[in-house]
Amino acid sequence: MDLGFTRDEQALRAEARAWLAAHVPATPLPSLETGEGFAAHRAWEAELAAGRWSVVDWPERYGGRDAGLIGRLLVEEEYYAAGAPGRVGQNGVSLLAPTLFAHGTEEQRARVLPPMATGEVVWAQAWSEPEAGSDLASLRSRAVRADGGWLLSGQKTWSSRAAFADRAFGLFRSDPDTPRPHQGLTYVMFGLRAPGVTVRPIGRLDGRPAFAELFLDEVFVPDEDVIGEPGQGWRIAMATAADERGLTLRSPGRFLASAERLRALWQDRGRPDWAREKVADALIGARAYQLFTFAAASRYLTGVPLGPESSLNKVFWSEYDLALHETALDLLDGEAEMADTDWAERYVFALAGPIYAGTNEIQRDIVAERLLGLPKGRR
Amino acid sequence: MRFLLDPEQRDFARSLDALLTAAGTPAVIRDWSRGEHGRGRALWSRLAEAGVFALAIPEEYEGLGLRPVELAVAFVELGRHAVPGPLVETVAAASLLAGTGHAKRFLPGLAAGESTATLAREGSLALDGDAATHRFSLSPDGLRLAPGHGPVRGSLDPARRLTPLLPGGELLGPAAPHALALARLTTAAQALGVGLALLDRTVTYVGRRTQFGVPVGSFQAVRHRLADAKIALEFARPLVLGAALTMAPADVAAAKVTACEAAYTTARTALHLHGAIGYTDEYDLSLWLTKARALRTAWGTPGECRDDVLGAARPGGLPSGPTQGT
Repeated sequence: MDLGFTRDEQALRAEARAWLAAHVPATPLPSLETGEGFAAHRAWEAELAAGRWSVVDWPERYGGRDAGLIGRLLVEEEYYAAGAPGRVGQNGVSLLAPTLFAHGTEEQRARVLPPMATGEVVWAQAWSEPEAGSDLASLRSRAVRADGGWLLSGQKTWSSRAAFADRAFGLFRSDPDTPRPHQGLTYVMFGLRAPGVTVRPIGRLDGRPAFAELFLDEVFVPDEDVIGEPGQGWRIAMATAADERGLTLRSPGRFLASAERLRALWQDRGRPDWAREKVADALIGARAYQLFTFAAASRYLTGVPLGPESSLNKVFWSEYDLALHETALDLLDGEAEMADTDWAERYVFALAGPIYAGTNEIQRDIVAERLLGLPKGRR
Repeated sequence: MRFLLDPEQRDFARSLDALLTAAGTPAVIRDWSRGEHGRGRALWSRLAEAGVFALAIPEEYEGLGLRPVELAVAFVELGRHAVPGPLVETVAAASLLAGTGHAKRFLPGLAAGESTATLAREGSLALDGDAATHRFSLSPDGLRLAPGHGPVRGSLDPARRLTPLLPGGELLGPAAPHALALARLTTAAQALGVGLALLDRTVTYVGRRTQFGVPVGSFQAVRHRLADAKIALEFARPLVLGAALTMAPADVAAAKVTACEAAYTTARTALHLHGAIGYTDEYDLSLWLTKARALRTAWGTPGECRDDVLGAARPGGLPSGPTQGT
């Protein structure tokens, strides 16, 4: 058991730190959830990719460095410590890419991954529907067989990034007559500007269109944009969901950096006693999350797939993130309600954490049933 | 980086768990609470044979060299079985003595389990001062062999029998912060074990106890409280093991406060979900419930630990002993 890093990993970290010091924009980019900010973040992704820093754990042929999971975690620590911009490609990189690595074809990987790595194609997720939220398997959007592909029809909602993104991935019901709702679902990729797609942006609490509704009316998707076997979509998507909740969606580096920013804010405000416990707990929580992730990564690298343990993770980071930002706003005192502070948008973003990627109540049910072995019960 | 226990470390944990399960600790704990130490001493010898105390003692004094990770692994199991006695204090005292000219006088006996030690800050209460072979006190000028102890005072955890130490005594060496970090680390590991045991017992209970015709563990209000306890404990675990690897004061303090808070939260959940039976002293759950409260302030209160994390330790130097002052 050890917490040491190889010479290569340390060299990668040092190289990342130097590159970021020279390239991170001196002034923060405009909000990711605006047209202008989205474009600026997309340009930043291209700059990152030119330095081969956008997807360091991927194979070189797709734009990565073969740096492995540990390399990725170390680069992310440097990335967030440097105050670099949010990642507009997050949905694709964290959710779709692992799915393609596990279930896609080589043709799909070669076609989809390189433009994802450069930000040329930004992906949105299309899971939820108006009547299918926590009970995702009850989804009703259809995929109907057509010549050489499928026709998608129905409605998706809460589709993060879809207001400005290029393409989306999600689950569609390809067989309406199965004994269980989890069967008969197919995992597909489709263009958000394809004929038959209408995107209606939705403003989140601060009014910015961070997500959208998607209306699909016989949208044609060729067979090469189906991932895995038709009808196997649930199993494929759930493998991705464990990744999302577990290792890839929220980097420990992000929370380590946030906790240090909170400490700096607390010190700047004269170290008020009322916040001492909360600031200490933010520092402790970031360290706990980092070490928990190192343990999960170590296990993953021995060949054990991420399982229901990732539900522990999702509850922890989403509640941690919210508590940290609530403390930050309290420290801002009279400025706390102002929308233009460094903390305001991060706070609004953190508010969504306990809801998306499977609500925390769904995660607690998974912990109770699959980790603790408690009897199944009514939701 | 491979932040996972090695197979030997996992085997060590399993073998201690088997030893302690076979020993049936509840009866040992109840004896100990009445000041009857016979069975507790016998168990102590078996733990020494398994190598627990040798993990804090250099090889030249019949130990295995200081091995904080293995100590943490062992103390999780000791907590899981609520083993009574000055376990943390013996390990911390051994580590302090290793740096003095008196190592040869005390350490071989402690390694072999032939003797036991308690340790307290001067003016604080010492755990099991009546049962320990040696009583050490820490003051700003160093480590002393206390000349005796005062009357036993009860703790909220009946198995923790606290005594004042008489002042003065032979000066043995300087106070070393590392040994106090070791006391904190092993207390954190012990608390983690206490919390894990409380969670296990409560999961079993709510699976069997039926009301309204179904197990109470099928109710979402019950399931979610237990899920939260699991989350708290599983995020304390890597802090404890990480602190054992680095022994950095901030890491040790973070592990201490987090493991103790997680164990205490789990204790509150365990008590509540057992209902009235959990509130009785005759039901064995009480042996863990009361320990979770006691460990929370032993070897560093939550406030002191958080201050150490913030890098803003309160003035005055040493953390408090097993209890806050007298």
